[in-house]
Amino acid sequence: MAHHDASPTLYGLMAEFDTPTALVQAAERARLEGYRNMDAYTPIPIEELSEALGLRRTRLPILVFAGGLLGGIGGYSLEYWTQAIAYPLNIGGRPYNSWPHYIPVAFETTVLGAALCAFVGMWALNKLPMPYHPVFNVPAFARASRDRFFLCIETTDPRFDRHATAKFLESLHPVGVSEVAP
Amino acid sequence: MAAQEHLHDRVAGISEGAVRALPPVIAPGHTFESVTDKISSIVLTRRTPIGWFLGFAIAFAFLMLLNLTIGHLLMTGIGIWGNNIPVGWAFDIINFVWWIGIGHAGTLISAILLLFRQQWRTSINRFAEAMTLFAVACAAMFPLLHTGRPWLAAYWLFPYPNTMNLWPQFRSPLIWDVFAVSTYFTVSLLFWFTGLVPDMATLRDRAQSKAGRVIFGMLALGWRGSARHWQRYEMAYLLLAGISTPLVLSVHSVVSFDFAVSVLPGWHATIFPPYFVAGAIYSGFAMVMTLAIPLRKFYGLEDFITMRHIHNMTKVMLVTGMIVAYGYANEAFFSWFSGSPYEQYMMQNRMSGPYATLYWSLIAINACMIQLFWFRKVRDNITLLFILSLLVNVGMWLERFIIIVTSLHRDFLPSSWDMYAPTRWDFAMFAGTIGLFLSLFFLFIRFLPALAIFEMRTIVPQAKLQTGHHG
Repeated sequence: MAHHDASPTLYGLMAEFDTPTALVQAAERARLEGYRNMDAYTPIPIEELSEALGLRRTRLPILVFAGGLLGGIGGYSLEYWTQAIAYPLNIGGRPYNSWPHYIPVAFETTVLGAALCAFVGMWALNKLPMPYHPVFNVPAFARASRDRFFLCIETTDPRFDRHATAKFLESLHPVGVSEVAP
Repeated sequence: MAAQEHLHDRVAGISEGAVRALPPVIAPGHTFESVTDKISSIVLTRRTPIGWFLGFAIAFAFLMLLNLTIGHLLMTGIGIWGNNIPVGWAFDIINFVWWIGIGHAGTLISAILLLFRQQWRTSINRFAEAMTLFAVACAAMFPLLHTGRPWLAAYWLFPYPNTMNLWPQFRSPLIWDVFAVSTYFTVSLLFWFTGLVPDMATLRDRAQSKAGRVIFGMLALGWRGSARHWQRYEMAYLLLAGISTPLVLSVHSVVSFDFAVSVLPGWHATIFPPYFVAGAIYSGFAMVMTLAIPLRKFYGLEDFITMRHIHNMTKVMLVTGMIVAYGYANEAFFSWFSGSPYEQYMMQNRMSGPYATLYWSLIAINACMIQLFWFRKVRDNITLLFILSLLVNVGMWLERFIIIVTSLHRDFLPSSWDMYAPTRWDFAMFAGTIGLFLSLFFLFIRFLPALAIFEMRTIVPQAKLQTGHHG
């Protein structure tokens, strides 16, 4: 809290915890207290955090389904169009639309479409890559990728108050509370 | 939840009431810090062992041999290889199938075992996935170079019409193979990179040098471990695992269609897809074992790649090896039961023809030798397992040789029979791809975390939430 009064603007207040349990409990408390614009930062995925923070389910599965569908239809259409329309060839008397032969490629393009959607969709929904983010301004945050657990209440939260929120975070018995410069 | 707790108890090494206590998936006493520091130090701080330089030098020499071979091949043509009618396919398809098969274990570990919640996959999935990528890269070289003019291969392989407006033939398994293998490589790469991102963030935060911070920082994509990100990340990871599972089964099935869809005795068999997939997993686990044993020894990773992993891998090899052995028996039965003299002769030629030594060698390895894996004493003997895993890879290579060469060299018409012998360039190219594979693997363990750090953190006892009280 060195620059408590020095920084006029603030991204938020961040509390540091040393166990996942402490963080999940803190997130639950903060939610009960009425805070909504907050996020937790952890070195491991913690399923219970989503509930504690009240996160909504991700739309990713729908996107992936759409990607797979598109890939499958695209792959089959490619096969049908090239073999039956663009250059129809009689191969051993088989029909131009030899659908059993077209299954393997259509299957692979389905998988490809779904996988590309899962990959691109996940990063896009997460708004990554993002080279700069205010949380990195906190020196202790380097341990968020190793062994420490952070809860950050952002200034955009209607209930945010620099002093009251700091006091509230202190009451959760964190290792420390830091101000996050924007 | 109960299953998870049970798993955590096992992780902590306190499995009670077990008939025979299994070794833990991670040695007791590890914490978030120790796991993170130990794995990241291989990349960041520890001195590169002299053995690494030695191993890399040898692998690199073979990689140069590959370059030489490819240069000679492109200058002269594929006539430098031993394959010729009637054996039009030989080393290029044998090695292709061998390498692709090896890759399958990586996807099985990273995707299928994830869906089955097999926690032991965690310590071996990263380098097994890397193995998959490198093996598929090696595999892809063979059909590409077999085209003779790989720079023109785009016309033949990808859906792009030539100047006569002719398109690739989608009724052919060969074009299915192109789609299967390229999809497999792409999806494996996406899966692998996705898994790497949180670890790149760890390395970014822990790197001492500026170059390290910049490079790992870029690869980390700005990952900050946000709960919102983790939620989508875990979903994406699960979905990728879910779609990789049918994918990996499809890839070797499609590879087997290259043979099974033809009318040649020895190839035209309905057992091929499952038999090939089992063989792929069997040889792939052998390769994972071949890589894991030196890796854990030279980098002191016995805490993370424990005897539990070694045992489990051996058991997977035993099961899949038995399926492969069943495949051999089935092939023999099928040829006899078919009543077709061509089928019967094919089997007789395999068992007593000019390549019979190779046939009986593969039976000795893949059907008999693997029975040793039943014994706990064998599963505990690391040196023996290393040798056996190498032999399994030899056995699986011989299997592909036998399937491909003995079926082709004596087909329906005795006047067209001939013998096949590989040339020195065939061997040079095969050895060269092993050099490429090992070079890539050496670079990988030096510059990227060989074990998934963040996933290892999830299996330490600390990661378990203390439930039952609310502060």
